[in-house]
Amino acid sequence: MSFVSPEIFAKQKVAAIQDYSVLAGRAFANLFSSPRYWADIFTQMDSIGFGSLPIVVLTGFFTGCVLALQSSTSLQEFGAVSMTGNLVALSMVKELGPVLTGLMVSGRNASGMASELGSMKVTEQIDAMRALGTDPVRKLVTPRLSATIFMLFFLTIMSDAVGIAGGALVSVALLGLNASTYFHNSYRALVYADVVQGLTKPLFFGFIIASVGCYFGMNTKGGTQGVGRATTQAVVVSSVFIIVVDFLISRLMIGIFGR
Amino acid sequence: MPESELQTDASQTKPEITDPVVSFENVSISFDDKVVLKDISFIVHPAETRIILGPAGCGKSVLMKLANGLIKPDSGTIRVFGEDVTAMREVDLFKLRARIGMVFQESALFDSLSVEDNVAYRLHEELIPEDESHKRVEEVLNFVDLANAIDKFPSELSGGMRRRVSIARAIITGPDLILYDSPTGGLDPITSTTIVELVVKQRDVSHTTSLLITHRLQDAFTLATHHFDQAAGKMERIPNNGIDDSTRFLVLNEGNVVFDGSTLDLVHSTDPFIREYLGENTPDKAGD
Repeated sequence: MSFVSPEIFAKQKVAAIQDYSVLAGRAFANLFSSPRYWADIFTQMDSIGFGSLPIVVLTGFFTGCVLALQSSTSLQEFGAVSMTGNLVALSMVKELGPVLTGLMVSGRNASGMASELGSMKVTEQIDAMRALGTDPVRKLVTPRLSATIFMLFFLTIMSDAVGIAGGALVSVALLGLNASTYFHNSYRALVYADVVQGLTKPLFFGFIIASVGCYFGMNTKGGTQGVGRATTQAVVVSSVFIIVVDFLISRLMIGIFGR
Repeated sequence: MPESELQTDASQTKPEITDPVVSFENVSISFDDKVVLKDISFIVHPAETRIILGPAGCGKSVLMKLANGLIKPDSGTIRVFGEDVTAMREVDLFKLRARIGMVFQESALFDSLSVEDNVAYRLHEELIPEDESHKRVEEVLNFVDLANAIDKFPSELSGGMRRRVSIARAIITGPDLILYDSPTGGLDPITSTTIVELVVKQRDVSHTTSLLITHRLQDAFTLATHHFDQAAGKMERIPNNGIDDSTRFLVLNEGNVVFDGSTLDLVHSTDPFIREYLGENTPDKAGD
């Protein structure tokens, strides 16, 4: 690993932030002008949305299961095992559903985008696209951005639903709770603010996953080794961004709605 | 046959000198403090084939990308069809590039698309109906003699076939300027000759202005000493050791232009670098 002076390091980081902002801004602005590559958007929706369904469902389901299992020990001390439904529903909808879905989709798709676009970059396919008169940001980045934002929203809803179902399975089968009570408590625990918070987050997370994945892909240098590096960086950076932005949105929502 | 006996091809009419298609004026570019091109100036006239020669790493491919506006110079002006590409926004460059075909060094075919979709890429972007697009793809694949590869994917093709698909993709819309970046690089001599024949065919059939980079001097001189016989359907040596008037040379070394002129001027050059670079590959031997 080569060491650079703090000045050069700072300049590189500022330039990277600038490049990322320009790319993300252009990709977002393209959503509102033609031409739109609908075929590419639907292909990406299928790949990102339907393709991520198994891992999102499995993760959400078992998170709900383990949440019910672990929380029951603490709730038992207060004689409040019947509140398991409240805890699972609130945790899944406000926090775990969006964040875990974001992290799973990031691991699967930010890496996929970085490696796909990175390979295209190092084999001059991106330059070829520009030479053929096509804007690569419009053709490659914008469809991924819109597809990820759109599909992550629904994947999060799926994750929330199966998480609550997983909690129900454990509560009924292992904790001996009544299914009707569990679902009733879950339903009562959630208010408008919780649902808004839980459904706002995937919109931001989707933007982060696609823009970071595409940014590292479009800026890949150094052959196949560079593609590998871009893939790793895309997953690491998008995952960290998701956690940080999750905190910021949570704080903002609590400030707005008071919970 | 001595070099002095080389004559210009009488059957070719000298291209009318009008506004240049490409002009470089004092263009310089550096990467990471390394100067790649220094104060480069040259012009390319309509219907001219400009062959760019030079040792590896002297900035030939960079020059080609500059001509297409894929990268911007640090200083100087580049005009293509009279438009200053150095000052144009990327969105405007996309329109200009519709008039330019480019063949990349490693073909740069879209590996997830079939040969037909690669070749028809521009037509699909222009929303040409599928029937017409298919017909035009067949025509252009016939031109490059690859009609049977229409349904294949780039990974199923040999290096030479990929180059030919790349040429087909570049010429399908009948561009006014074609940029060939080392179309014969890394190919065996027989396949290289096939590619050169295609370039000659495109030059003599369509009279398209073109810039061509090559490392292979024999390919460069084949271009200068051969023409395409449309009646016979093959490339032939120009009779009486004639040379093609529309083919001119630009030689680069260490980021500078060391030669800009005709084939005759090149072979008669007394510049020590050019003498050393050309070695024994003079036109009278190139076609052997």
